[in-house]
Amino acid sequence: MITIKRKKDSRALKDMVKELSGVNLSVCFQCKKCSNGCPVAKLVVTKPAEIMRLLHLGAGDELLSKDLIWTCASCETCSARCPMGIDVAAVMDALRRLAIERKAPTPEGNVPLFNRAFLKSVEKFGRTYEMGLITAYKLGTGKLMNDTEKFPAMLKKGKIALLPPRGADRKTVKRIFKKSQAGKGGKA
Amino acid sequence: MKYAYYPGCSAESTARDMNQSTLAVARALGIELQEPEGWTCCGATAGHQTDRMLAASLPAANLAKVQDMKLDMLVNCAACYNRMKVANHEIAAHPDVRQNVREALDRDYDGSVKVRHLIEVLLEDVGLQTITKSFKRSLNGLKVACYYGCLLVRPPGIMKFDDPENPQSLDRLVTVMGGQSLDWPCKVECCGGGLSLTRTDVVVDLTESILDMAVQSGAECIAVSCPMCQVNLDLRQQDINKQGGKHYEMPVVYITQLLGLCLGFGPDELGFEKLMVPAANILKKVEASGHE
Repeated sequence: MITIKRKKDSRALKDMVKELSGVNLSVCFQCKKCSNGCPVAKLVVTKPAEIMRLLHLGAGDELLSKDLIWTCASCETCSARCPMGIDVAAVMDALRRLAIERKAPTPEGNVPLFNRAFLKSVEKFGRTYEMGLITAYKLGTGKLMNDTEKFPAMLKKGKIALLPPRGADRKTVKRIFKKSQAGKGGKA
Repeated sequence: MKYAYYPGCSAESTARDMNQSTLAVARALGIELQEPEGWTCCGATAGHQTDRMLAASLPAANLAKVQDMKLDMLVNCAACYNRMKVANHEIAAHPDVRQNVREALDRDYDGSVKVRHLIEVLLEDVGLQTITKSFKRSLNGLKVACYYGCLLVRPPGIMKFDDPENPQSLDRLVTVMGGQSLDWPCKVECCGGGLSLTRTDVVVDLTESILDMAVQSGAECIAVSCPMCQVNLDLRQQDINKQGGKHYEMPVVYITQLLGLCLGFGPDELGFEKLMVPAANILKKVEASGHE
């Protein structure tokens, strides 16, 4: 059974998700096709269909710390199979943006840190610099040596580039990032 | 046949083998490719998880460059292909997104550049007949599990790439190459995508079930068209094997690497040395076909 604690801010979260995703949450009739097709459902406590119902019932910001939000791999199987045409993946994107904005607790694996490192590298070089962003992410998590045993082989095989990318139109990208920060009045 | 070729960031790093084999196949089949000058990152998963405006503007910067070239955009990376098409859709359907993009790029872009995946160009523009005529060798009955992943086929309403639940495009190519494409249930399952570094546990879990199904279906290799799928499925076999109980040695190759072999290129011209799990079994079969 799904129960929620009603809070003052609850309407606001539901409305924000609606606005950010353009999704009509109330047409969901809980067939659970999204949960059944979700590849990470077996690994999380809160499944996609539960997120949909919690939102509809007016859950507050506590929803933003549910494990599915940052375990979701954005595979979009949920959206593709929803018989009501609900873009569940867009709801997940909206929840991620709100989780950052409303400073929800850092999730396992710290995907927000990875996303920041990824976008920083794009902002700086105009293209992704994999070595740089991996280092920045690992330094940020404090687990520098985790999962690094494959690097020597990858470098030797030329499977990962050592030097930053060159030749990108960095001016345009800088402009885009500047606009994005200006639009949100804060960090990207 | 000329296209504006958008390689994508991984083409210069983890997917150099994809890029190398794409260029070889294009050369052999008379597909002319021209990179948009100064192309930039599409924003990938981090872009759309962070900001709607970034998610549209980063691809649009490249689409606008291609519009000036008066060509269709050709993409091989499934992730970039997805972001380009979704951005086109967002810009064409939502005037506020188009306005945001206009402000970010300092120019208008209407979302109208045609974005084509290499597989579509091969099947629709070049044609299976022409491709088959250009083959010098065959896959010699090699059993291939074609793996499409998420981003080629989803969201189906926007991607319009093949059947979203049981796609056949890669299978058709494998068949004309003389390979045996396998019916198997994991064609459009997710490998964990961009969670490779952040949630390695999730990626190991998902890739294990895909690899397991490929083995049980009798596959001798998995053919992919997405750099994230390739890296996850290839690289994570080591981690799965280390957990004990499993001994995967399943080569995970780009479809363009298989095509390249059949078109007569050597493995060193197609980046085969970059695979973590070596593809000696494939090379042996193809090599044998040349001496029939």
